[in-house]
Amino acid sequence: MESSAVTLEKNKKLPRSSSLWRQIARRFLQNKMSLIGLAFLIFIILFSFIGPFFSPYVNLGVDPTNINQSPSAQHWLGTDKLGRDVLTRLMLAGRISLLVGLGAMVMSVVIGGVLGIISGFYRGIVDQIIMRIADVLMTLPGLPLLFIMAAILSEWKVPTEYRIYIVMLMLSIVGWPGLARLVRSQILSLSERQFMQATEALGLRDTRKLFKHLLPNIIPLLIVSGTLSVGGAILSESTLSFFGLGVVPPDASWGNMITSANSLLDFQKRPWLWVPPGLAIFLTVISINLLGDGLRDAIDPNMRRR
Amino acid sequence: MGNTVLDVKNLLTQYYTNGGVIKAVDDVSFSIPKGQTVCLVGESGCGKSAVAMSIMGLIDGGSGGIKNGEILFEGKDLLKLKKHELRQLRGNDISMIFQEPMTSLNPVLTIGGQIMEPLMEHELISKKEAKKRALELIELVGIGRAEEIFNSYPHQLSGGMLQRIMIAIALACSPNLLIADEPTTALDVTIQAQILDLLRSLKEQRDMSMLLITHDLGVVAEVADYVIVMYAGKVIEEGPVVELFKNPKHPYTKGLLKAKPVINQRQEELYTIAGQVPNLATLTPSCYFSERCEQCMAICKEQMPKINDLDNGQRVACWLYEEVTTV
Repeated sequence: MESSAVTLEKNKKLPRSSSLWRQIARRFLQNKMSLIGLAFLIFIILFSFIGPFFSPYVNLGVDPTNINQSPSAQHWLGTDKLGRDVLTRLMLAGRISLLVGLGAMVMSVVIGGVLGIISGFYRGIVDQIIMRIADVLMTLPGLPLLFIMAAILSEWKVPTEYRIYIVMLMLSIVGWPGLARLVRSQILSLSERQFMQATEALGLRDTRKLFKHLLPNIIPLLIVSGTLSVGGAILSESTLSFFGLGVVPPDASWGNMITSANSLLDFQKRPWLWVPPGLAIFLTVISINLLGDGLRDAIDPNMRRR
Repeated sequence: MGNTVLDVKNLLTQYYTNGGVIKAVDDVSFSIPKGQTVCLVGESGCGKSAVAMSIMGLIDGGSGGIKNGEILFEGKDLLKLKKHELRQLRGNDISMIFQEPMTSLNPVLTIGGQIMEPLMEHELISKKEAKKRALELIELVGIGRAEEIFNSYPHQLSGGMLQRIMIAIALACSPNLLIADEPTTALDVTIQAQILDLLRSLKEQRDMSMLLITHDLGVVAEVADYVIVMYAGKVIEEGPVVELFKNPKHPYTKGLLKAKPVINQRQEELYTIAGQVPNLATLTPSCYFSERCEQCMAICKEQMPKINDLDNGQRVACWLYEEVTTV
């Protein structure tokens, strides 16, 4: 009797943590695979962002006396052809790869979300223009498009420190159309619901309808597709960097670390140069996808594949 | 005439369908005096909701439109107002209660937030003030535990409570006209009575006018001052509620009243009006009810009767009475 009164009291104080969100959390925690994904992702984030503080090699950089060492007690993953510690570089590369993935996701969610909401809500000519642009971007294969954009950037000689932001922007340009379509279709179906008609009857202004009524309804969708798109963005960034078109040295990214596999000698004799970044990409993307799947199942049980 | 809140004149609302253009509301005129309740009655698809939608300006431009007529609200023609002027009226001076309370509230927003919205939109008051008013409104519509309800979500409440909330939202800005589109259809009978009582007492307290749309004659008898019977988009009979119930003229109205179960009277089977509502896309110039009418005459198949005044304040569109008045 008393305990139920206490929980009721809590409910009153925390209207935000409604039963809906608690249900989602419970469903998510039941899913083993997504918990594994989440755990590994946390590990990778700690590894990349906290790890370098424990490494003695961060500021050393190039060490000509110590090149191409195989793994040892001093260098757990050996050194590369410039004598840099591979483990430390792996951590620093993780920072950049994760940041690029996250940044590209945020940008494409913002661009895709805003454009999707606008075209779904206003329809008509605005919708036509936005969706045709999206169609054009979607009909062009993504990778060649990225290559062309990257090549143009290389021509313009963009300073390397800005390069990762530009890569984020490029990835989000390729990434937003799919999201915009998804959001638009949701908005279209929500607009037909009676509560949207009710907002019209209440004489609410458009901004209030958009941001107070429609946006909260599509947040689960944005969370799920946003999470899943991080993995794709990391992969695309790695691909670009592998070809020397994304993040370029001296900045490390997992993609440009694998570039060493291009040389036959490194490929055959020095697997410590390209296996760790390869594994890092593989495991990170897999765990992001597991996490995304788990979130999707938890947020919307109807979307689950059977 | 100064006491008229709403005056609808020759309203013609059409919907475009694959089968052609449909006149959902065909040359409908009526007015609502201040403080009175007018009921629109008719079976499904007769255009009664389309009247409400037309008044509120909720007809989707892609699927239909108002082709003719005037809707004068306190002297202003709603059809000629600019978009922002209309927005300032809706929810403020005119508000509407929908049929399905469960789907008319946004599932991801709290009840309180949704009651506060029209207040903050139209009265430009602070959030704190709006909350105070919202809590008062929740009390007003007869729900206790206002604070708890304020913070809950629509799925946590029952249909009857949600309809009370809808009423609270509609009344938030003290409108002069309340349009209720089948407000009790989705609710069970005991709750229906409570909601009707609530609407009636609030209407009287606030000297509000009400347009109530329903297919339930029991509801009409309980709350209406004046009744309008619609059939296939046309008004076929109208009159003060007592007259109309005591002395229905049109065969359709008679049929409707006969089809009502009467308490303490044993009936083997309820009366039904044979046939179905005609397809609105393929109407011919005739009395639209002629196919189903038991007193159908030759002229009914050829010409549409006009609506005429009778001596006792009733108006009816039927050839049966046309002859009486002309001869």
